[in-house]
Order: sequence, then structure tokens, then C-alpha cells
Amino acid sequence: MPVTTIADRPVHVDDEGFMTEYQEWDEDLARTLAGTIGIELTDAHLEVIRFLRSDFEQNGVTPTLRRVSTVGNIPTKTLFDLFPKKPARKMAYVAGLPKPAGCI
Amino acid sequence: MKRIVILGAGTAGTMAANQLRKRLERDVQITVVDEDPVHYYQPGFLFIPFGTYSPDKVTKPKARFIPKGVNFVKATITELVPEQQVVRLGDGTELPYDYLIIATGTHPTRSETPGLDSSEYGKTIHDFYSYDGAVALHDAIEKFDGGTLVVNLIELPIKCPVAPLEFAFLADAYFEERGIRDNVTIKYVTPMSSAFTKPVAAKRLGDMFERRGIDIEPDFYVERVDADRRTVVSFDEREVEYDLLVTVPVNKGAAFLGKTGIVDELNHVKVDSKNFQSPDFPSIFAIGDAAALPSSKAGSVAHFAMETFVPNFIEYINGSEMTHEFDGHANCFIETGHDKAMLIDFNYFTEPLPGKYPVPKLGPMSLLEETRRNHWGKLGFKWLYWHMLLPGRRMPVKAEMSMAGKIPVTEPDTSKDNI
Repeated sequence: MPVTTIADRPVHVDDEGFMTEYQEWDEDLARTLAGTIGIELTDAHLEVIRFLRSDFEQNGVTPTLRRVSTVGNIPTKTLFDLFPKKPARKMAYVAGLPKPAGCI
Repeated sequence: MKRIVILGAGTAGTMAANQLRKRLERDVQITVVDEDPVHYYQPGFLFIPFGTYSPDKVTKPKARFIPKGVNFVKATITELVPEQQVVRLGDGTELPYDYLIIATGTHPTRSETPGLDSSEYGKTIHDFYSYDGAVALHDAIEKFDGGTLVVNLIELPIKCPVAPLEFAFLADAYFEERGIRDNVTIKYVTPMSSAFTKPVAAKRLGDMFERRGIDIEPDFYVERVDADRRTVVSFDEREVEYDLLVTVPVNKGAAFLGKTGIVDELNHVKVDSKNFQSPDFPSIFAIGDAAALPSSKAGSVAHFAMETFVPNFIEYINGSEMTHEFDGHANCFIETGHDKAMLIDFNYFTEPLPGKYPVPKLGPMSLLEETRRNHWGKLGFKWLYWHMLLPGRRMPVKAEMSMAGKIPVTEPDTSKDNI
């Protein structure tokens, strides 16, 4: 796994830049990650990110958009507003979680 | 006496009933429950809209494939109570079990998407994932003489995830053969970022779309269908107009599973991806499309999975450790039109690669290449399905995916730009 430097510290990432070590993440890092994809983090973003992190911790899988809306109670439309165009990938990227699994 | 109950007599449930009956002693009781007396050859639905198959080619009575010594109950399943190890049926009877195998599949659910269940369903809105849907679409497509055809999938996972691609390819060929291809715009509207999730196959399929003049509208996550304006609307307010919409509705597991607490948000049963056992209730297993797995939902996956599921299950009920592991092996023919097809072969760990199948270098099938042989292979599979696969006879292919005969490829990875 490649190691890269984000916000002046070494971070393990996969070949697409998704973080691979759950513990290496914190909210400061999330701000930097969000910045690299043109998103300025607000509380609304952080609410989504926290749900993603806690759900991943319990289940070991990056939650789908459907799961974030049905279990996390955050409407899909909101997710598209906060993380435009590709919310599933962008949320996972900022939350420091594995890329959402393709379903094929 | 041990009591095994199998819920669902589709592809996976029927294969399990046949293989378990052959291998278990007679003092083990096997009961299969299903409400629908008809077994559908689901891969055949794709061919009905284009007139390649007449509808009578894809149905046979389910009872014909249930072996002697298995009790077949035709009833609606209303409730499963895992804590009490009992299944309740529509006529009020209770079916207690020692081991339960859930094989109730996954089902297109139009009501999940606003506007899809409108009065336009069967007129300008269609699907081909059901017998009735495929038959209705045949009429619509015969009458269609120009305009925009939108082929769409609402959300993943869906069963047979390559079928919408095949539909787009077959539609292109069909309208060309009718001499009206220039009057038809074909748009492929998908929530994915490309035609397929894995890079090598995505690149090839993307090129095939381009050659055929099929437009792709990626990252399109349908929020609703505006049937009056003949428009699909995405969550980020993009709109695509259609004259004929062929969609794949959200796929959900059986409704009675929703209340059991053993399923995910789409009513697919959460199981261990290596042995199909429920982590919550060890007496419960889920096979085929009913299971929430990272593999494809497809008959070929159910078939390959059976070769590890059956010996594992027998070990388990005999009190031994389960020693077999499923690798997620899938194998799909992709019809590409004009009597040609492509074949892909992959698993949890390895993406579809080019090469030959099932015999390295010889084939006769070609992986990731469009050939006539692949097409005849796909059509010939129907016979194998009814006569070999469902009755649980040995198929002439290996269950575990093999790298022999495959050519590793490095395609430029464009996914980095996709975040």
C-alpha cells in the first residue's frame, strides 16, 4: 500500500487515494481531503462523515447511499447537495474509508 | 429427525433441494416452500422483447424439478421467526425447522421509485425482469418506430447486472435490422460511473457503446420518473427525456424478511460471504440472490456457490466444522447483438480478463471478445439449465474460478479522476 503525505503527516492510501487505515483519520485530515476535491466541510458534511465512520466501525463495510438515507436518516438528495455528482465515492474518500464496493 | 426447510424453489432453492436430497440420509426431512407453481428461466426474459424467444420457451412447472423424497408446499410465506425456528404460511400453518435455507431471491420493486408505478407502466414505461414485463415490452418494441429509448437501472445491486447492457446492445442490433436505427436514439442511464464497475471490462464495453452510437449518461441516480413529461429525474436535478423507458427497478428481497432483523436495507439476508451462514442465527443460511454478498446476483453464481454450500451445510448439520470457502465465482454471457456474445469470468478478487474458457487456449468460448460461439453457448445454456443445472447433475465446468487461460491486462486506470 502506498504511503502519501496529507496535512503534513504520512497516510496509507490505495492506488486511487482512498485511505486504508481507519485509525489514521481525524477531522483535520478530513478537511484537507475534502479540500482536494473542492468541498469545504460544514457541520452537515461532518454529520454524514460521522455516520459513515461509526457504521463502518460496526459492520466493516462502507455504507451505501441507501444505507445512509435509511439507517442514518440523511436524505439522498442532501447527500447529492453536500457531495455533488458522486456522493458515495466522495463521502468515503473524505471519511477515510475504503472505496464503496462495486456491485458487479 | 432433522428438519430442513428451504424457502423458495427458484434456481438456488431447487439446486439445493436436489443436491441435498441425493447426499443426505432419508431420516433427514426436506421441505421446500414456494407460492408460485411456475419456474421461470430468467435468462430467457431478455430475448422475449426482441422476439427471439416466444414466452412459452421460458416456463416449466416447478414441481417437475423437485425430487422425490422432498415435500413441496405451495404456499405464501408470511412470517419467519428466527428465535422460535418457525416459518408461518398464508394458510395459517406453522412450519418448524432445525435448519433453514432462504432462497427467495430478489425482486424488481417499482414502488420504491416515485412515478414508476404509474398508469404509463406497460405503455411508455417497461421492464424486462418479469415474465409479464418482458411480454408487454415485446409489443411496445414492435410498435416503436423512432424516438429516444432510455435503458436504465435505478440502483445496485440488481440481479444479472449485465442484462441492461445486453438489452442496449440487442436493441441497437434490432433497430438496425428493422432499418430504423437512424430514427432511434439509445441512451444508457446508469448510477455507475461507467458501463461496468471493473476497469478492463468497463473500457471494452465503453468502446462498444461508442462504436454502436449508444450514449451513456453516467452517475445518474434516479429520484423519480415524471411519466407525464416522459422524463427521468436524478437526485441532482438532471433530466433525461424518453419516448420509451426500459428500466430495472430497485431489487429487494422478499417482504416477509423485512421484519426478521437478519437482512440489510434491501431485505437481502446478511451472511458470511464464504459459507452463507447468518451471523445472527447459525441455523439460518441464505443462498442465491436472496443473500447480501459482494458477488453478482446471478444464476451462475448460485450454481458455483452450490459446490461449496452443499458440502459445508452437510458438515454443519453433522456437527463438523465447515471446511469449504466460496470465492465469489461468476460467469456471464453478454449478448452483443447480430448473433454474437461476449463471455466474462470473474470472482471476489479478480476482475474479468480476456482469454479462453473453459479450456485454456482452446476455449471454445472467448473471454471479453464478441464471437458467434459465445452466442450459441448462451442459447445452448437453456438446455443445460433445465436438464443439468436444476436437477443437480455435474456441469462440465469447474466451480472455482481459474486463472489458467486468462491474460492479465493493464489498462490505464482512469478511476483516479473519478473521486
